[in-house]
Amino acid sequence: MLSFAIRRLLQSMLVLFVMSALVFVGVYAIGNPVDILINPQADQAEIAAATRALGLDQPLWRQYWNFIIGAFTGDLGKSFAANIPAVRLIFERMPATLELALAAMVIAVLLGIPLGLWAGLKPDSVSGRAIMAGSILGFSLPTFWVGLMLIMVFSVWLGWLPPTGRGETVMVLGVPVSFLTWDGLAHLFMPALNLALFKLSLLIRLTRAGTREALAQDYVRFARAKGLSMERVVRVHVLKNIMIPIVTVTGLEFGSVIAFAIVTETIFAWPGMGKLLIDSINVLDRPVIVAYLLIIVLIFVLINLLVDLAYTALDPRVRLAGRST
Amino acid sequence: MVTRGRLVALVAQLLCVASASAAELRIGLSADVTTMDPHFVAAQPNLTAQHHVFDTLVRTDERTRPVAGIATWRTPDPLTWEFTLRKGVKFHDGAELTTEDVAFSLERPLTITGSPGGFQPYVRPIVAKEIVDRYTLRLKTATPHGALLQDLADVMIVSKRAAAQASGEDFDRGRAAVGTGPYKLVRFARGDRIELARHDDYWGGRLPWEKVTLLILPSDPVRTAALLAGQVDAIEHVPTADIARLRKNPAFRLEQTVSWRTIFLHVDQGRDQPPGVLSKAGKPLAANPFRDVRVRRALSKAINREAIAERVMEGLAVPAANVLSPSVFGHDPAIKPEPYDPEGARKLLAEAGYPDGFALTIATPNNRYINDEQVAQTVAQMLARAGVAVKVDAMPLAVYFGKARNRDFGVALLGWGSRAADLALRSLAATANPDKGYGAWNWGGYSNPKLDDLIAQSLGTVDPARREAIARSASALAAAEVAIIPLHYQVVTWASKRDLSYAARTDEFTFAHHFRPR
Repeated sequence: MLSFAIRRLLQSMLVLFVMSALVFVGVYAIGNPVDILINPQADQAEIAAATRALGLDQPLWRQYWNFIIGAFTGDLGKSFAANIPAVRLIFERMPATLELALAAMVIAVLLGIPLGLWAGLKPDSVSGRAIMAGSILGFSLPTFWVGLMLIMVFSVWLGWLPPTGRGETVMVLGVPVSFLTWDGLAHLFMPALNLALFKLSLLIRLTRAGTREALAQDYVRFARAKGLSMERVVRVHVLKNIMIPIVTVTGLEFGSVIAFAIVTETIFAWPGMGKLLIDSINVLDRPVIVAYLLIIVLIFVLINLLVDLAYTALDPRVRLAGRST
Repeated sequence: MVTRGRLVALVAQLLCVASASAAELRIGLSADVTTMDPHFVAAQPNLTAQHHVFDTLVRTDERTRPVAGIATWRTPDPLTWEFTLRKGVKFHDGAELTTEDVAFSLERPLTITGSPGGFQPYVRPIVAKEIVDRYTLRLKTATPHGALLQDLADVMIVSKRAAAQASGEDFDRGRAAVGTGPYKLVRFARGDRIELARHDDYWGGRLPWEKVTLLILPSDPVRTAALLAGQVDAIEHVPTADIARLRKNPAFRLEQTVSWRTIFLHVDQGRDQPPGVLSKAGKPLAANPFRDVRVRRALSKAINREAIAERVMEGLAVPAANVLSPSVFGHDPAIKPEPYDPEGARKLLAEAGYPDGFALTIATPNNRYINDEQVAQTVAQMLARAGVAVKVDAMPLAVYFGKARNRDFGVALLGWGSRAADLALRSLAATANPDKGYGAWNWGGYSNPKLDDLIAQSLGTVDPARREAIARSASALAAAEVAIIPLHYQVVTWASKRDLSYAARTDEFTFAHHFRPR
């Protein structure tokens, strides 16, 4: 278990290293943020001075070296545009994104697994077919379009829900959350649903396929032959066996929901870190871009670790140490 | 009956007062505000928010002309500007504004470090600040500098007491964001909203809105949806696609004006072989064709500006002739846009020795100006009709500016807004000279000592009337010489609920204090 954790840690260090180098080179190749943010009235000397002040006149390897030195002391640099440490800027936005992603996953799991189970148990019923048809829509409709349609229908025509932004927040353990106020929930519902739609469809299909496969297995037939109630068969024999792929996918998808909530955040003007990333790319705010991607990599690593741990809980045959051989 | 009538009137009056005192205004802004430190980045979205909290020594009216606000001024001699502060101007913390605060505020931009685009250009010309008394301040410049008023219109006056040791974060949290402006900063939630409360001791009188919220809504369809859904009362930069629909809807009202932003083409006449400028067979040309003013004029004649304004811009543009739009200082109304004349263009090209035309590439950003890429594509087709083969190379702004400064383009599209023609020409068309600070954006490499002289004279003239006459002749010369090829002035649009009105501003700024109930 310990050697497993250490190996994971070293691997992720390497990933972080490579990632930071790639982003550094990439942003450097695009251009100089001073060209974009400079006061138009600035003359050549002032442009040069601004470039120097940010260290952007140095050769790339030296800029990267300075960054690495800073990173080891926990300093990922200051945002060029906002004048505060990039990490603080990201952490300022992270609660909003995490809340949105969690809400989306909760919707996806709470709706997706029961619906998928139903569709798997009654594949030929009208409701089962309707669920599957709905999941195809969820897969194929582009997120931004669905988002705009949600706004048009629920905000502009019906006037039920606020179209954009994050509602009233309350502090819980020093973190601002919005799901505890009515206003916050009203703001959260549409973006969370929009973000959940794709994952919801994925979970429905995954659960349905697993259910159908499990139903055909001998142990399920045996259980039924033994005279167990259908409810018990499904709960103990089917559900427990199909949970492993579902947990894997849910875990991995949670990472991607956090990392790629960008489209939904942009449409609903949700003040999360995805929107921050887009704004930062537009002005080549390198410290923020690099710090954001590093944090996302860390989140992925962490989630993978949690998924692996969840395996051992769900399936006693899995041994983490054995997995590394 | 009389008493009853009076009672009704009284109730109506009471209701009015009640609704006025509870009045809240919510505005959807189109770009993110990165910091509330007013001396960090001179970007328009930031200035928009900061102008609510802070005043500037010089204000500008809707047409971008300097007007007296918290101060009046005179110039006892060409090197001295004497500002007299209005008495009784109160900061949000109750202290009175004094020349100490002003002197501090004009010094602070020079002390900011790590900014990619600070306010130094605006205050650098000031070489000495002399505090005469509590209300009188004399600013000295090394050489006569007529543009000081325009420069100072973007430099916010902060409270010396609150901002002396303040970091950027102190401004974001509101501790240091103490100004004399119409609104107090209540909460700055980066990327989300800015909440403001009325400053009741504001020197400019009582404002109708007790509470103002500026919501950050950069996505175009979403900004319109927020207005339609009633989440905001007004939005800036109405998306082109939604203007027709909003105009038809009786619940809303549009305000439009010609913006200060001119869209034009820089053509590289500085180098022998500008990138992308070739013979039609793709071979290098013997000489740079743009050095011949006839070729530049031919290109200008080949462009149908009316068609661009009407079709591509859907009416959101006015054909341009000057470097800056009509209401801006130094615009010469005598210059008319080059009329569309493809035959004349062919003739001029033949005269200049290019009867078969040549080939060029127009570079353009595709996410900066209204329909920028479509405009470049349209110009390409129009030039093709005059015999010039044109390719369009469109890219995001983040890539574009770096390449342009690297001089990777032969022909490049750019938009420019400024409060004075001499300032714009200094950056865009003056001979590039790092020592004088001229021509920092002169991607075309245009160079004309006569124009340089006129710009220097104009900037060095303190009397506004005389300066404007010189600036006008500089505009006229640049136009006659086709230093740049102007395309159009953009039109800027605000939309609001029916019962609001906005004094549309040439400089595109959106200010809550300029919205009025109707």
